[in-house]
Amino acid sequence: MAAVSEARSDENASPFRWLVVVLPYVWLLLFFVAPFLIILKISLSDTAISQPPYTPLFQGFGALSDFLAQLDFENYLFLTDDPLYIQSYLSSLRIAFISTVLLLLIGYPIALAMARAPLAIRPTLVMLVILPFWTSFLIRVYAWIGILKPDGLLTLLLHSIGLLGPEDQVQIFRTDYAVFVGIVYSYLPFMVLPLYSALEKMDNSLIEAANDLGCPPLKAFWRITFPLSLPGVIAGSMICFIPITGEFVIPDLLGGADTLMIGKTLWTEFFGNRDWPLASSVAVILLIMLVVPIMIFQNQQKKVA
Amino acid sequence: MKSSRFDATVLTLGFAFLYIPIIILVVYSFNASRLVTVWGGFSLHWYQTMWSNEGLMDAAWVTARVGVISATIGTVLGTLAALTLVRFSRFPGRMLFSGMIYAPLVMPEVITGLSMLLLFVAVGVDRGFWTVIIAHTTFTMCYVAIVVQSRLLTFDRSLEEAALDLGCPPVKTFFTITLPLIFPAVVAGWMLAFTLSLDDLVISSFTTGPGATTLPIKIYSQVRLGVTPEINAICTILIGLVTIGVIIASISTKRAELRRQQDEHLAVGRGAT
Repeated sequence: MAAVSEARSDENASPFRWLVVVLPYVWLLLFFVAPFLIILKISLSDTAISQPPYTPLFQGFGALSDFLAQLDFENYLFLTDDPLYIQSYLSSLRIAFISTVLLLLIGYPIALAMARAPLAIRPTLVMLVILPFWTSFLIRVYAWIGILKPDGLLTLLLHSIGLLGPEDQVQIFRTDYAVFVGIVYSYLPFMVLPLYSALEKMDNSLIEAANDLGCPPLKAFWRITFPLSLPGVIAGSMICFIPITGEFVIPDLLGGADTLMIGKTLWTEFFGNRDWPLASSVAVILLIMLVVPIMIFQNQQKKVA
Repeated sequence: MKSSRFDATVLTLGFAFLYIPIIILVVYSFNASRLVTVWGGFSLHWYQTMWSNEGLMDAAWVTARVGVISATIGTVLGTLAALTLVRFSRFPGRMLFSGMIYAPLVMPEVITGLSMLLLFVAVGVDRGFWTVIIAHTTFTMCYVAIVVQSRLLTFDRSLEEAALDLGCPPVKTFFTITLPLIFPAVVAGWMLAFTLSLDDLVISSFTTGPGATTLPIKIYSQVRLGVTPEINAICTILIGLVTIGVIIASISTKRAELRRQQDEHLAVGRGAT
């Protein structure tokens, strides 16, 4: 704005001008930043059997020393004591990592095929990738229950083509495999679109030049196409990896009792055990784990903008 | 052309993977049998039972109202945020501001939901309809901001500058020049906000209270009890509505684009003669 505002300094006088900044700014401070400070505070307070189920920590500014004295890391210590939590964190990271790799392996060929398609049909292809995203996430996960159930449609299909004996059933539902299927299915558009936008911008003459000079297609791909699509690979991986780590719906509906994911653990701690301070500390640690990927994502977004 | 055959196969398999589960869901909503795997003939039975299920209908009504109100507030705030991101390069806390816009896009929903809930409890607000709206507005405005921002970045500012040079007040310039030009992006942002709000389960579950059960919360609690064809029916209706909405939106933007091109040709033609 600096250069432009010099040209029109009279615009600065308008009170509406600052309203443009202040309204969304204040809203986000109130409803996005303030809640994080509260979550941090409550994660450091004691559990109490009352409503709300934690001891209030902050009673005015006068009681600051009391406030500091009351802080303790009991909940965090508890998290390190019980292997359930550490295993949930590790298992979430593992599932998110494997899913992101699977998404890349499946999403990359689709994005590449879209980018190489005739110009006239590309908008339609993009539309076809986006359309499932507009239908409910919950519905799309739910649709897989009917397919993956032991007496579901996949078993039926495999019976009819004779790949499975009439007595056997597909034992995928309520295992980690079903979780991977659900995640890959739900997040595929988020992976394909950033990859496509990176691949589509690429100058095709580079590949042609490589071919003309006798470079085999596969080598041309690894030396030219892939490195140039790296921003898309990073953006797509981050957009998928970060939310998958905290995913709740998919492991809850498709996963089994032994599918540990931190989003599910947090949900149970909060709604099941009603331990709000512990749920808050689970959330704080999850957030700390995701700080680095979130920073990478933001840098990538700023470069694009 | 070996590679083009490979591409066609990849696209066919990819789209089959994306669409077959949804198609199966829609087909089985017309199944007369209660069992998911047995086809008992065509029937609208589940649509009837869905229609007379009061809990489900109430939830649908709550969801629609939450969607419209939160998408509208979110679109206003998101558009302002996009203007801030593109037009204001220097103000205190700009880093924090852009961070606050991008972070909610990838933030796990359990964290956003829990933190919102704790805020409402801390300030002593009763949870219900309006707390869900505040929560939805907060995360949808960020999506709107990104959509509108991308339009503003390719925006030709000379029209705005001309209006300002001719003495048009900035606020009037915004409403007569800027807003009409970015309007397709604003509408797209609103639609995205609306569908995200319709879809949300996790954040709604944390921030809702008595009397404000949304459709995803209702569907989720029924799905946990087992697959029922009634849920297939309501899902089919939702998919139908969204598909119609997306088709109308894409046709109208194509028409607007065509009209704009025609106008341009006309203007250029007149200029030449």
